[in-house]
Amino acid sequence: MNRDWSELSPILWDSVRETLYIVGVTVGVGGVLGLALGVLLYATRRGNLLENVFVFTVLNVAVNVVRPIPFIIFITAVGPVTLAVVGTTIGNDAVIFAMSIMATFVTARIVEQNLVATDPGVIEAARAMGASRLRILVTVLVPEALAPLILGYTFLLIGIVDMSALAGYVGGGGLGNFAIVYGYQRFNWEVTLVTVLVIIGMVQLAQLLGNWLARKALHR
Amino acid sequence: MAPLISFQDVSKVFGSGDRAVRAVDGVTLDIEAGEIFGVIGYSGAGKSTLVRLVNALETVTSGRLRVDGRDVTALREAELRSVRAGIGMVFQQFNLLNSRTVAGNVAYPLKVAGWSRERRAARVAELLDYVGIADKAKAYPRQLSGGQKQRVGIARALATSPRILLADEATSALDPDTTQDVLALLRRVNRELGVTVVVITHEMDVIRSLAHRVAVMEAGKVIEHGPVYDVFAAPRERATRRFVATTLKDRPTPEAVERLRHRHPGRIITVGIREGAGGSVDVTAALRAHGVDGTIVFGGITEIDERPFGSLTLELTGPDAAIDALVADLRDRTDVDDLGIAGVPA
Repeated sequence: MNRDWSELSPILWDSVRETLYIVGVTVGVGGVLGLALGVLLYATRRGNLLENVFVFTVLNVAVNVVRPIPFIIFITAVGPVTLAVVGTTIGNDAVIFAMSIMATFVTARIVEQNLVATDPGVIEAARAMGASRLRILVTVLVPEALAPLILGYTFLLIGIVDMSALAGYVGGGGLGNFAIVYGYQRFNWEVTLVTVLVIIGMVQLAQLLGNWLARKALHR
Repeated sequence: MAPLISFQDVSKVFGSGDRAVRAVDGVTLDIEAGEIFGVIGYSGAGKSTLVRLVNALETVTSGRLRVDGRDVTALREAELRSVRAGIGMVFQQFNLLNSRTVAGNVAYPLKVAGWSRERRAARVAELLDYVGIADKAKAYPRQLSGGQKQRVGIARALATSPRILLADEATSALDPDTTQDVLALLRRVNRELGVTVVVITHEMDVIRSLAHRVAVMEAGKVIEHGPVYDVFAAPRERATRRFVATTLKDRPTPEAVERLRHRHPGRIITVGIREGAGGSVDVTAALRAHGVDGTIVFGGITEIDERPFGSLTLELTGPDAAIDALVADLRDRTDVDDLGIAGVPA
């Protein structure tokens, strides 16, 4: 047992709380905005409810441009925007801002890809009942794709936990920062290992919850 | 009275230029209020597109289409939604919302129509009772059999008390027993609720047991239409004859005729059995009257639109003159196919 643990455990738990905060806000903001963007991306595609070549092309290109940028570069690249909106480019809030933008675009693609699998017959049935296009998007399309969407969001959540590890580089906190400051920089491999185990535990819990919810949503 | 649905030279073209496809090509057709109208054709004949023009899921490219007094070719999207809300539709793959219970599915069109929660609940209970699945109200579609799903589909289509019900291959995904149940339900909907039903199918049996009138489609065109009995009794087009042959195997094929001649040395004739102006032909009485013996060697009689229809193939034995007189007598009353005798095929 490392003699530092009495001193380190409270910091570790603070870091867990910070990670949960950063990930929670990002999933909330990026998840909602990404859902809207993803539905729009799906609906404006040729042959779909809101077919619009211009809107689809703009959104599609935007998603393709933003998504592949390595996140650590993306944080600095959006720095001016972060400064204008958040007021600073360092700390948790600045990181959350950058992460939310990236999460929005990632989510948009995940949502779109899961909606493509929706049975077009169900959408046709809703149209035949006289439902408006907006109503169909909200009350048919999204609920029908709920199970794959839940799994998609679980995948997203894990990606965001991954992203949050970089918060430490721009003065943010969380488990990533903890592992770097108390593990890597102090050559304390044990601290790094414990951090990794905590992250694995969190991710496993999220995956189990996601799988369970998706199964419930299938109504078999 | 004006027809409930009236097509006047209606065409629907998908795509443009070289790749344009005329899915519906110059169709003129009237569907009367209160009838069950069948549209039959092979896949790709344009029947699904034709029916989707009625509830404006597809827009008409040219021609006039009047539905329940309204010219749907001249309506805007918001107005089309109100036309659609007044027309029920059932689908081959049922197209139920898997995320909602049976009751939730039936309630959906009522929600769209703005019904209050209390009225919805009462109407849903009434509908589920009508189609016979009241016990499944809380089940989800994935927990139901095909026949149960289609009952939900029909209940949902009837929710807002439409005057028109469109059934797009409604029984094609079902087994024969379940098909009969669903056809009986559609018949009941037509009789008891006075709903005009338009059935699309590639199965002549569905037309035979359900429809009053039928249109046969091929390559986007209606090639033949009229009362089901007449179309069956005297099919004019090759496609129609092929459809009739799929449901009634009462007439021997040329190969079967060869085999019959091997087995039966006498003269062989096929007599059409149908309800004409003078009632169905009593073949036995005619045989007796002419002193000819007849053995039934092939054939079948069924009902179309609740009237007898089919044919009997007989081997006739007796004096040649008596047989000739019998054949002439039968020819006066129905169609007779003289297949001749083994040595001298007619």
